[in-house]
Amino acid sequence: MKFNREKGVERLLLLVALSAIASLALIAVFILKEGIPFMLKVGPGNFLLSSDWQPDAGKFGIYPMIVASLWVTLGAMLIGAPLGVAGAIFLNEFVPRSVMRIIKPTIELLAGIPSVVFGFIGVVVLAPLIRSHLGGPGLSVLAGSVVLGIMVLPTVISISTDAISAVPNTYREGALALGATRWQAVHMVVLKAARSGIVASIILAMGRAVGETMAVIMVAGNAVKVPHSALDSVRTLTANIALEMGYATGMHRQALFATGVVLLVVIMILNSIATAAVRRPIGGKGNTKK
Amino acid sequence: MKSYWKIVTGVVLCALAAAGTGCGRKRATITCAGSTAFQPFAEKLAEELMAKRNDIAITVQGGGSAVGVQSALSGAAQIGMADLVNLPPEAKALTSVVVARDGIAMVVHPSNPVGNLTTEQVRGIFNGAIRNWKDIGGKDAPITVVSREAGSGTRTSFEQIVTGIHLTKDAVVQDSNGTIRETVANDANAVGYLTHGVINEKVKAVTVDGKDCTMEAIMAGAYKLVRPVFFLTKGAPDGVAKDFIVHVLSAEGQAIIKKNGLIPAK
Amino acid sequence: MRIPPKYTQMFAVTLLAGATLVTLAVLLFIIVFVLQKGLPVMSVKFLFTNPQEMGRAGGIFPTLVGSVLLPLLAILIAMPLGIGTAVYLTEYTRETWVTKVIRFGTDCLAGIPSIIFGLFGFIFFVVMLGMGWSLMSGGLTLAIMILPTIIRTSEEAIRAVPHSFREVSFSLGATRWETVMKVVLPNALPGIVTGLMLGIGRCISETAAVIFTAGSSLRLPQSGFDSVRTMAVHFYILAREGLSNENAYGTAAVLIIAVLLTNLVAYWLMHRFIARRTK
Repeated sequence: MKFNREKGVERLLLLVALSAIASLALIAVFILKEGIPFMLKVGPGNFLLSSDWQPDAGKFGIYPMIVASLWVTLGAMLIGAPLGVAGAIFLNEFVPRSVMRIIKPTIELLAGIPSVVFGFIGVVVLAPLIRSHLGGPGLSVLAGSVVLGIMVLPTVISISTDAISAVPNTYREGALALGATRWQAVHMVVLKAARSGIVASIILAMGRAVGETMAVIMVAGNAVKVPHSALDSVRTLTANIALEMGYATGMHRQALFATGVVLLVVIMILNSIATAAVRRPIGGKGNTKK
Repeated sequence: MKSYWKIVTGVVLCALAAAGTGCGRKRATITCAGSTAFQPFAEKLAEELMAKRNDIAITVQGGGSAVGVQSALSGAAQIGMADLVNLPPEAKALTSVVVARDGIAMVVHPSNPVGNLTTEQVRGIFNGAIRNWKDIGGKDAPITVVSREAGSGTRTSFEQIVTGIHLTKDAVVQDSNGTIRETVANDANAVGYLTHGVINEKVKAVTVDGKDCTMEAIMAGAYKLVRPVFFLTKGAPDGVAKDFIVHVLSAEGQAIIKKNGLIPAK
Repeated sequence: MRIPPKYTQMFAVTLLAGATLVTLAVLLFIIVFVLQKGLPVMSVKFLFTNPQEMGRAGGIFPTLVGSVLLPLLAILIAMPLGIGTAVYLTEYTRETWVTKVIRFGTDCLAGIPSIIFGLFGFIFFVVMLGMGWSLMSGGLTLAIMILPTIIRTSEEAIRAVPHSFREVSFSLGATRWETVMKVVLPNALPGIVTGLMLGIGRCISETAAVIFTAGSSLRLPQSGFDSVRTMAVHFYILAREGLSNENAYGTAAVLIIAVLLTNLVAYWLMHRFIARRTK
């Protein structure tokens, strides 16, 4: 009788797993089904490299949006990565454990603040600052990068901290025994060992920055143009989808799904790099992460 | 222990499913979606009607006039709100009723010395031909053009009335009338267009060709940037949709519209 | 001339400390900014009265309800599906290419921008299935959105349970299911709960996907097919349209406190379970 129940449970779990996988497959298939035929019909070259985005006239070039997403994300990482990694190093290596145990959860708490709040503060505080001191409309690549950079800080710090604390203490002790200062031990030994984890954190943060929608809509200006300077107003791929999806039909709607496919591919590539980076730990992974 | 939780989950799921099929109080519901310009008015009128009658529920969504047309066509909404000068070809299949008229005002920051814009100047600014305020009598500062997204009825009407506009690529785009107002209010060099009903002291409406965007000027036909607000339904409106439309067109409905800055249908 | 390591260390540490301080300062500034403007507005009345004039005045009660119901619905759907899938994948199957593909797929889907879930949910649930802008559309969309994360974190948590635990259980005659229920899952609970909390937090803060699937109605939902507005959406609308900066900050303050509470509960649960396990 026990055996029957076991079989029953196993079948039930199989069903559950299949339903979950089916729903995930549904969304993947849906996006691809709407987006890929469109890209083939319009031609990937036309779609990805043309600067002409006029859905009413049948022109679907998303090049300005691709460049915008690129600039804003890179800008965000230029701000978020150094600050984040530096913070992770400092918290792990140069701060007593008791202090770290308060600060780390605080920073992780901050990861939960809704993006719309960041966006609003960007509009109310940052954009006017940019406009009055640097010129331009204020709603710009720079504003978007700063806001996104701040938003990804908790991610970078959190994952980098995990990577750094996973480096076995024997490494540090060995270096110190050889006469190194703390900082030498850190940058010559620990960082090299944690490098793959830190790189992974940056790549993952990049993925999140690429996917952010609300904050950029509020703060980047949404102009459909290829930016020439960081003070120009831009529209990212995600903002483009959000602004037009309510009413797009036919080929226009498919174009938005195709944009989704582009985003999917970018994130898939980023994720693969991150996973590959983490899978080459130097000297073992040490203890658990959390 | 875990099985206890599975039972609880099961019970809660069933309860939600039951609620999901609406075994609460029976109410006829409709959704009214579309124009962000008319949305606040639709919400107010809906609130009033629901206060008078307990058995109906009206939900108002925004999204822009194009969303209004699309959702009426697809059935996502029973009433689509669109404030367009000319309804698009796909809307011909829908029944339309004019419930109000709306003036589109050109707004600038209150500190901007420019007080009037000719149609030519408007065209030039939004085309990107005129790029600095000093070219039209203002300060020496670059113009920040603020526009709505492509699906906006306000934008479509604006571009259809002021012909010949091919929106400059530098234009900042925002997705509702309120946001345009806030953007212009925060940027001393900005110019934008929005529905007359949303103007407040944060922005300054300029005259267009010497005409003010006031109710009198519009009703007298002097101010050109005007468009009707349509309620679109699939087929003749019935049930709650009909009641709502009747309410909006009634004397009190129109009075509320007039009081809050829009123009009555007649 | 080589600089003595002592000085490079001082220099480096100063830089690092500076970076950390800047980070903390910015993040704290945001919280203080919002709370300072929002806390004065927060009161029992604010939380429990209905909004008036589309949110210009009055409270935020329906949005509070929306922010509770929508994540709840999403979790109720995603939790059994996610944990069940994770259990099946780790306990009942061997590592084959199928499981590898599934894992890769879930990892990718965990990284998809939420706007794409919103696009999918809008076209599929709202329009194609005719569910309209509703709790159900929103809940289903959010459930699919957090499902990959729940599967992934649950799977990691389950795999972290040492094999020896399972072997002991089997050697005592327990069936696979009994082992899962009484040994594996209780030990994996901290990780699983973390995943659930992450999911709930994401649902509470999510805006784009919610507007397009659950709509933005300010009425209290009467059934699963009514539209709801969450606090995140409400804040977005109030702030952007300048309807009421006070209420916007008040809503933001409530949001931040809600997220803080969710995370605190997660930490407390984790520590309680870890303490229980190591007793």
